[in-house]
Amino acid sequence: MCECQKNESELSLATIAAQAGNHEDERGAVSLPIYLSSNYRHPTLKEAINFDATKNYTYSRLSTPNRRAVEKTLASLEGGTTGFALSSGMAAVQLALSILKTGDRLISLDDLYGGDFRYFDYLKKHAGIEFDQWNGQKISELVAKLTSDTKIVWLETPSNPTMKEIDIHAVATAVHEYDPQIKVIVDNTFYTPIYQRPLLEGADVVIHSATKYLSGHNDLLGGAVVVKDEKLADEYYDYYITTGDTLDSFDSWLLLRSLKTLKVRMAQHTKNAQAIVEYLKQAPEVEKVLYPGKGGMVSFYLKEESQVERLLNNVKVITFAESLGGIESLITIPYYQTHADVPVKQRQRLGITTKLLRLSVGLEDADDLIKDIKQALAYR
Amino acid sequence: MTEFNTRLVHGPAQNDNQTGAVNVPIYTSTTYRYPKIGASVQYDYGRSGNPTRQYLEDQLAALEHGTRGFALSSGMAAIHTALAIFKAGDHIIVGDQIYGGTFRLLNQFFKRWGLNATPVDTRNPAAIEKAIQPNTKAIYFEPVTNPLLQVTSIKAVADVAKKYHLLTIVDNTFLSPYLCQPLTLGADIVIHSATKYLAGHSDVSAGAVITNDEELGKRLYFIQNALGAVLSPEDSNLVRRGLQTLSVRMDRQQANVKAIIAHLQPLSAVKKIYYPGLSGQPGYETLSSQAKGAGGVLSVELSDDVDAVRFVNSLQLFQLAVSLGSVESLVELPSKMSHAELSPTEQLKAGITPGLIRLAVGIEDQRDLIADLDQALAKAR
Repeated sequence: MCECQKNESELSLATIAAQAGNHEDERGAVSLPIYLSSNYRHPTLKEAINFDATKNYTYSRLSTPNRRAVEKTLASLEGGTTGFALSSGMAAVQLALSILKTGDRLISLDDLYGGDFRYFDYLKKHAGIEFDQWNGQKISELVAKLTSDTKIVWLETPSNPTMKEIDIHAVATAVHEYDPQIKVIVDNTFYTPIYQRPLLEGADVVIHSATKYLSGHNDLLGGAVVVKDEKLADEYYDYYITTGDTLDSFDSWLLLRSLKTLKVRMAQHTKNAQAIVEYLKQAPEVEKVLYPGKGGMVSFYLKEESQVERLLNNVKVITFAESLGGIESLITIPYYQTHADVPVKQRQRLGITTKLLRLSVGLEDADDLIKDIKQALAYR
Repeated sequence: MTEFNTRLVHGPAQNDNQTGAVNVPIYTSTTYRYPKIGASVQYDYGRSGNPTRQYLEDQLAALEHGTRGFALSSGMAAIHTALAIFKAGDHIIVGDQIYGGTFRLLNQFFKRWGLNATPVDTRNPAAIEKAIQPNTKAIYFEPVTNPLLQVTSIKAVADVAKKYHLLTIVDNTFLSPYLCQPLTLGADIVIHSATKYLAGHSDVSAGAVITNDEELGKRLYFIQNALGAVLSPEDSNLVRRGLQTLSVRMDRQQANVKAIIAHLQPLSAVKKIYYPGLSGQPGYETLSSQAKGAGGVLSVELSDDVDAVRFVNSLQLFQLAVSLGSVESLVELPSKMSHAELSPTEQLKAGITPGLIRLAVGIEDQRDLIADLDQALAKAR
């Protein structure tokens, strides 16, 4: 499990988060101004010719002060060297996979967000990239799937929606022993760096749907890619500015603002989720609860389909909607919503049934959430 | 409500019976409530659809005479989205003077996935025909190129494309739908860097893709949703807001360009002016048959006795910055900036001389702009 190790010189996550983007403004503004400008004046032609895109600004697709501030913060929170902020979580997936060439192979966990599988399928058909899946159980079985063409091993932990935890350190060690060039990429959307820092466990790249916990207010779409190795970061930078799916300044500013409260939000998400899990475990309508012990995501099976319908149609505090990680509680039925693009057989094998619900526990009072579930299940 | 200027201001009819708001609100919500299980809803998740973005997308489609529009996070994201409909083994023909970023996308990104491109001078339909291969799927070009403003006939290219069942894809950034509507001239897909004229205030990075074909619309939507390079609601609103003044801005920009040309042309400091919006200029006949004007960008080749670097550094109002199409005037020196990657020989072959200056003219008072050019010329001789 993550020790969230840090060097002596490194600030703790709560401090990095709270002070995100501070000390950046030349006028001394504590909160960074929002730079909407799409282009930046060169003081002289000489400066334009010797332009350094990593320090200065020329065109907003390459960088803006707000995006750079949030990228720096994401990189330090995840313990990486370089961060990229993108227009959505899928744009982050797109960038993370852009290093694949025709004939390359990717091996992924079999229990991922449905949109990942949709994009894998697109790459297979349009770019001739091969995909294989691993069930997340025996690492020896993963290693047996590795070939000389394998370029990426893709994990999401805990898995979505069945909440299985994968030992990132064990996977990264085994994969890199086979071939250090294979990139281990971890989707850290569910735990965030507060509970898990994959780069410190041996992963090469971390991605996020920043729409979820990182932004945390269900009011912006964003994605993040954080890289450990600078050479890999350079490769990503070229693809990033070429495909142009950048996060705009306003949303970069909002995301930075959100990161300041990440630690306190995550702590409360966990507290509330633990209280709800205690209730669900003893509720007569509940068959089984899937919860790894921390974070705000809880999946559970109800005994009857009629109970599923009653719960979803009658919740009043909790909202029946997709997405997760926000301050308000959301409930979804993955079979019909987030995982509708996953083949039926695979859904069956993974246990994504019509009785499985996924609850994103928000920051409301836990008692109100429990009362809401109770009244919805009892609705006649 | 059929006239272009009216559609710019009003966009598709809104029926906000809740508040009566004249303008579409900025919907920042990423997720939308389902009324009950199994209910069919218009919006469920912000990447898949957003009311503010949808308003802009519908308006873009209407302005370009398309049926579907897509708003993306940058012009490059728009080009990426449009070209991502192709598959490994496909081939496309591209204009040989297209934006450098598009070449980078083709050569560094798509080539690895087996999508190949042949650059040709699209002004010559015979050259296009010669480059067609059995696996060719599309012709991609800019009807007015950067920085020499070479004019390609959209109709002539679309005619070749139709003969061989290829798609015609037009980057319409330099003209905008105010001046030219490529879908009405036979094109299948139109692309914009909306950062430029459409938004027009140097405060948004955005891209647009528009089509008039239902099947292409579905393919493009799949890519937009699956790859997720969507435009944010705030920026969607800013582009929408920018569009409302598109024609008044471009009218002023073109008037300023013409005044600047009338002033510069007789000067000995000026060797040559590139602007296809004036009769006598190459491409004028073709362009004026397909577009209402040539936009706010012109290029000027300074005489050999003018120090181009000194000139650029001496300008006060024209800011030395990339981009174009905005309310403020900008200047760029292609040989040292946008086309610096080319060798001196390649530059000369492409017509990029050391004295070539590109001006993106804004909506300031033309007398101030001309005075700025004059004082900088005086310093640079």
